[in-house]
This record gives sequence, structure tokens and C-alpha cells, in this order.
Amino acid sequence: MRLKTFPGGVHPHDHKFYSASVPIEIQPLPARVIIPLSQHIGAPSAPIVKVGDEVLAGQKIAEAGGFVSIPQHASISGKVTKIDTFPHPSGIMATAIEITGDGKDTWVELVDDPNFLDLPTQEIKDRIAAAGICGMGGAGFPTSVKLSPPADKPIDTVILNGVECEPYLTSDHRLMLEHSEPIIHGLKILLKVLNARQGMIGIEANKPDAIALMKKLLASESNLSVVPLKLQYPQGAEKQLIYAATRRKVPAGGLPMAVGVVVQNVGTAFAIYEAVRYRKPLVERVIAVTGSVVAQPKNLKARIGTPFSELVAFCGGTSGEVGKIISGGPMMGFALPNLDAPVAKGSSGLVLLNVKEASSIAERNCLRCARCVDICPMNLLPSLIAQAVKGKDLDLALKCGLEDCMKCGSCAYVCPAHISLVQWIDTGKIRHAENLRAKK
Amino acid sequence: MKDKYTVSPAPHLHDRTSIPNVMWNVVIALLPALAFAVYYWGWRSLWLTLIGVVAAVATEALIQYLRKVPVTVYDGSAVLTGMLLTYNISADSPWWLPIMGSVFAIAIGKQAFGGLGNNPVNPALLGRAFLLASWPSLMTGNCWIRTLPHKLSESSINGISNLSLIHANLQGVSAKAYDLVTSATPLKVAQTLRDSSFVNTITTDPATNLDISGKMFKSLFDMGTLRSLFWGNVGGCIGEVSVFALLLGAIYLLWKNIIEWRIPLFYIGTVFVLTFLFGGIEGAGPSILLPFFHIFSGGLMLGAFFMATDYTTSPLTKNGRIVFAIGCGVLTVVIRLVGGYPEGVSYSILFMNVMTPLIDKLTMPKAFGRVKK
Repeated sequence: MRLKTFPGGVHPHDHKFYSASVPIEIQPLPARVIIPLSQHIGAPSAPIVKVGDEVLAGQKIAEAGGFVSIPQHASISGKVTKIDTFPHPSGIMATAIEITGDGKDTWVELVDDPNFLDLPTQEIKDRIAAAGICGMGGAGFPTSVKLSPPADKPIDTVILNGVECEPYLTSDHRLMLEHSEPIIHGLKILLKVLNARQGMIGIEANKPDAIALMKKLLASESNLSVVPLKLQYPQGAEKQLIYAATRRKVPAGGLPMAVGVVVQNVGTAFAIYEAVRYRKPLVERVIAVTGSVVAQPKNLKARIGTPFSELVAFCGGTSGEVGKIISGGPMMGFALPNLDAPVAKGSSGLVLLNVKEASSIAERNCLRCARCVDICPMNLLPSLIAQAVKGKDLDLALKCGLEDCMKCGSCAYVCPAHISLVQWIDTGKIRHAENLRAKK
Repeated sequence: MKDKYTVSPAPHLHDRTSIPNVMWNVVIALLPALAFAVYYWGWRSLWLTLIGVVAAVATEALIQYLRKVPVTVYDGSAVLTGMLLTYNISADSPWWLPIMGSVFAIAIGKQAFGGLGNNPVNPALLGRAFLLASWPSLMTGNCWIRTLPHKLSESSINGISNLSLIHANLQGVSAKAYDLVTSATPLKVAQTLRDSSFVNTITTDPATNLDISGKMFKSLFDMGTLRSLFWGNVGGCIGEVSVFALLLGAIYLLWKNIIEWRIPLFYIGTVFVLTFLFGGIEGAGPSILLPFFHIFSGGLMLGAFFMATDYTTSPLTKNGRIVFAIGCGVLTVVIRLVGGYPEGVSYSILFMNVMTPLIDKLTMPKAFGRVKK
């Protein structure tokens, strides 16, 4: 069988063997959680609790800060002890609400609608918006916004992203194996809300068990299918996945809805199912804690806000000298200075590399070897963009595709001169954004 | 756990290639050609190559030391330049010739512009052009062919005898012509036969002249000569003669993903097509074997796989590489068929090197999802 794929890309070793066959375990209830107000793209959530308030697990503690935003919920029951800046899983310091648990894990009242698919569309949308769901693959786009496309952009296809192309990460893989039915329910909910005609689940070929299981479960569904994809990074990038599965090209600067497609991560589909059927807010997720120096790599179902240090402790600590702590996957994740940051809604993995894996080679002159050009999945000239940003020529950088770059890191992965291409491109993006703001 | 970890921007993985890795792999890919040179022309090829390499490395180290920048001669790039430079001279060159070339290539061709990655043209080819301009008699003419008869196999004898036949024919009719071609490369023979002022001196009868020159021309691309050209049993420079050895290295580089297929394919393809269409002479009709003579002879294989593909001096864009390669091919054929030199590979590449920034500018790719305006 010919596997579907996209042009460009790289083939890093997937390193999934550490945790791919380890069933999901429940992370013990943390003594305190840190709920960042910015776990998504868009306006930060606005706190509606104050220090000293008693909260229940699942209780709303911050509301959406705008149209493109989400509410936040307490993930354990206890008392709000601080609203302050805390370490954020993206490596920065950001405002968060700290809740010290009472150890009882008392929940707000949940419902159970076994006929959840018969609910009115607006009710389904409201439940998803109220649950504070954002994309759980990493980018964190508010899900409710994706479900409200303008009337002139009809959606005919919903793709669930089970690609998990980032090396090391296995949380989506395990979720698809162990919670396949809820994910399919989530897909059906999405089809109903968007009035779409077909649903697909894109899965990379290195997860044959997940492909087989989903195929078996979808065998009787005429409008739902599994799309096995070639092992190639960044296969799970939204535009690349859409192209591989449907041959449609999302226009530059546009959203997938422009070509009639909505993409949701499989973890998001699971959260949607729980939100719609049980009105359960998004307060826990599966995260892979893995890497060569984690004593027992695991896939953990952890409450949002659980400090990373507790996850590592539950995995038996470390088994060697840690060189680098990565929040997310190793291609696009953030290196952290310590394990103080908490699990957020987009935290798909925590990867610990040993000292040798973390070592880097000094940067040299660009050779113009054009490897970055050959593999760029967006068909850009990464080395020229970086050079233009270095030379403070933003116009040239924009011409070479600064805005189209999604920072997948493929270019820096293959650069024989070890130039931090993504860092330079990101610097250019930040400067460009500043310029645009200054012009306004 | 300790309290200090590496914090660096993503990606946190790398495919572990590096500049030394790339350069040393190209050096490895050039070794089969050196082995063939030693086989045909003796150990002198090896000594000359070593002298060229040592001169290049020493020049680079000295200049980097004087410039107070890190000395990076271990990365293999100076070794490569020295090697390619020496591959472009003949095996019986004086020992100081590769030194002159390597010093010029590294000092003026590379370090004067800021070192690796900044040179506008291929340093080894610039070094060759310098040698050709300074010591033309050593770089062309009589010193090109030196085959060792005792090492010839039966098939190569067949090929050689065809060339000898040409020489014998020429000797029989014109002493002047003999001087021109006795020790010439096959391309030089082809050039001479294309020259009507020479052809008309063979006999007094124009029809006989055409007949003879046509026959001689055809013998350049019969199977025997092509076999000689393929194995390298002909006159030429140290590293350029064995198509077989160069293809071995080229396959290695393509397999290792160090060079990309576009430049060699379009360069050689252009030469093939153009020489098929325009390569014939009066008295010898078109033949599908003629383009093989052109792509197998001279420095085309060495140039197309090892020099035109030089990272720094070839275009970044994919379409630009095609334009660049076709440009190289057209210029090579123009120089070979109508120019004053029998061979045009090195000047073609040098010329297109200079065009590279312009080509890049004109072939900027459209990003995924961008509509062509």
C-alpha cells in the first residue's frame, strides 16, 4: 500500500520505543496545581476567583478573555492560594492561579447524556466552549472558534490528527489504543456540529496497532476512514496533514476552513466527547514522560497544573545525568531550566535527554548547501531568511517566506553548519510583529 | 538531579551531519579517480595530489592564523580544494605546479573572500584558470597523454588503437597536423577535425578530405573509443579521465545525500542533447553515440558531479539549480564546438558561478499554499 504524505520533510529516528507500549497510568493527585491563564492561542483567560476561595474540581476559575480565548477550570478541589507569575511550560514566566488541594478531589456535578449525538448543535457548541477546550496537539487554538466557521466557508471534511510525528511522544498513540471509542464519538460530534460529510483519522505508519484498531472500528462507518500516513516529519503539521489526506492546499496565511477542512487532535476529540456527554471540563490530559534518562518512561493521565517534577518522580526519577528538559516534543518543544513548570492543556510530552544527546556543535558559516531548501515542507529558503534577519533586512526575510514558516525545525535539524535557523526566523517573526504593531 | 541544564531553541534533535562529515565524504568519493590515475600514470599522480593537498591545507592554516580566526583545516574543505585542483593538471606536471594552483585557490579564491561559504566562485576552478593563464604550455598541449602501454587491457588497446589510427592518418598526410595532435586529448582531436582549414590540408581533393576526416571523426565515438573513455584509458588530467571511477564516487555522494541530482542531471543532459544536435561535422552524419563521446570525455563528469555541485557557488533554489546546470551545459558545448579551446567545462562553471546570485534572485520559490501572481 502506498502511504500518503507531503513534499519535503525529514526522517528523524522516532524514539517512541521508550513509552509506546506502556499503558496509560493515572498520575497521583498533586498537592497543588498551577493553572496558567494562557494555555492557548488568543487572549489570556480572566480570573473569576480570588486568593482564599474554595474551589471544586471542574469549577470554572477563569473565563474566556475574548472571542479567541477559553475558560479555565480548577483541576483539583482545594483553595486558591496565589494568583501570580509562575513558570510556564513554554519556558517563560506567566500569570497562573495556584490551587492547594484538600486531598478530597471533590468534583462539581457532572451529567451523563448517553444520547449526546441527539443534542442540539448549539448546545453541543456551548458545552465545548464551556469546557475550556483548546487544541491539545501543542498549538492550542481554541476549539470553539474552529467550530464556528463563517457561513461562506462550509466544512465538508473533519480530520482527526493522530499523526504524532514528533519523536518520543506517545500520548496520542496510547489514547487511540485505549480510548478509541470515545475518540470516534468525538469525531462524530465534530461532523454533526460542522455539518461535514466525511471524517478521517490520520495516523503515521509507525503506529500499525492504532491504524488496525481504528480501521476495525470504522469498518461499518461509510463516511469515516483511517488515513495511514508515511513516517515523515512534520506529517502532523496541519497544512501538511490536510495536503496528505485530501490533496488540498491551505492558502498561505489562511486557515484550513478555507479549503473546507477542520483538523482536531485525537486528544481534543476525546476531550470534546467528555465535554459533550458529561459536561466535563478539560482538567486532565495524557502526557508522555519519556527519554533516555527517565527511569521508567510512562504515559500519564495527569491533572492540568501538575508540576513536571511530580511526573518525573512518579516515573521513578531519573536514571542518569539529565542534559536537557524538553516540554513538548524534541523538534518544536521548549527547553526548560528546571522541572517547576506545570502540565498545560497542550502538554503532549516531557522529554529528558542525557548530556550527550543535549550536546550541540558550534555554529559555522552557512555553506549554502541548500539542504534546508530541499526539505522545507513550506517550500521556503530558510537559510536566506535567517541571513536576512541577521542582516536586519526584514523585507528580504519576508520575501523569502518569513511569515509562511511554521517553525517545524526541519531546516535546523539537517543544517551541517549547525546554524540556529529557527531561532533566527523566530527573531524575525517577533521583529516583524513589533513593526506591524508600531505601524498601527 | 543537578540544577543546570542546556536551554536552547528547538529543534533539540539533529541528524548529526556536519561540515567535516560532508567534506570528508566528498574526499572519499574522489578516491576511486585517484586510484585509476595511479593505475594509468603511476605513483606520480599520487605524489602530485598529496603536494596539492598539503599546499592547500598549509595555506588555509597560515591565513586563518594570520587573520586570527579559528583554524578549521580539519574540516576537510582545504583538502578537497587541493585535491580538485590537482585533479585538473596532468600527471607529468612539474612538482611545483599544484603548489602554485593550491596556494592561489585557497588564498585568493577562498580566504580573500572570508573563507568557507563566502567564496563567489569555485576555488579549485579559479586555481586551474590561474594555472592555465600563467603556464599555458604546461596546462595544454603535449603533456596531456602519457599512457603506460604495459598496463593496457585488451579492450582498452582496441580503443587506443583507434586514437592511434587517427594519429597515424594525420601523420601520413601532414607533419604540421601531427604536431598538433600526437599527444592530444580526444576532445582536441575532435576540435582539430572540425577545423576546415586543417581538413583542407589533408589532400588536394576536397571530397577525399571529407571522407578521411569523416572516418576519423567517426572513430572517435565507436564502441572501442567509448570503452577507453569510460575506463579512462585516454589522455587527460589526473582526476578527470575515468568516467567509471568518477561515477562510483558520484553514486556514493548521491546515496549519502551530499550532492543533489538536479545539477549533474541537467548539466550532462544538456551537453548530451546539444552535442547530439550540433556535434557532427561535414562528412559524418548524426549518431546517437556521438553525445556519449562528449559526456565521457574531458572534465565533464568531474565538473558535473564534483565542481558544479559545489554548495557555496551554486544556486540555493531548486529551479535555480536547473537554470545553472543548463547554463553550464550550453556554455560547455559552445566552447567545445565553436570556441578556441577544446574543452569548456571549467570556464562554463566559473561563469555560471558568477551568475548564481542573479539566478537565485530570479528563481525565488513560491511558498506552499501561495498562489502565483
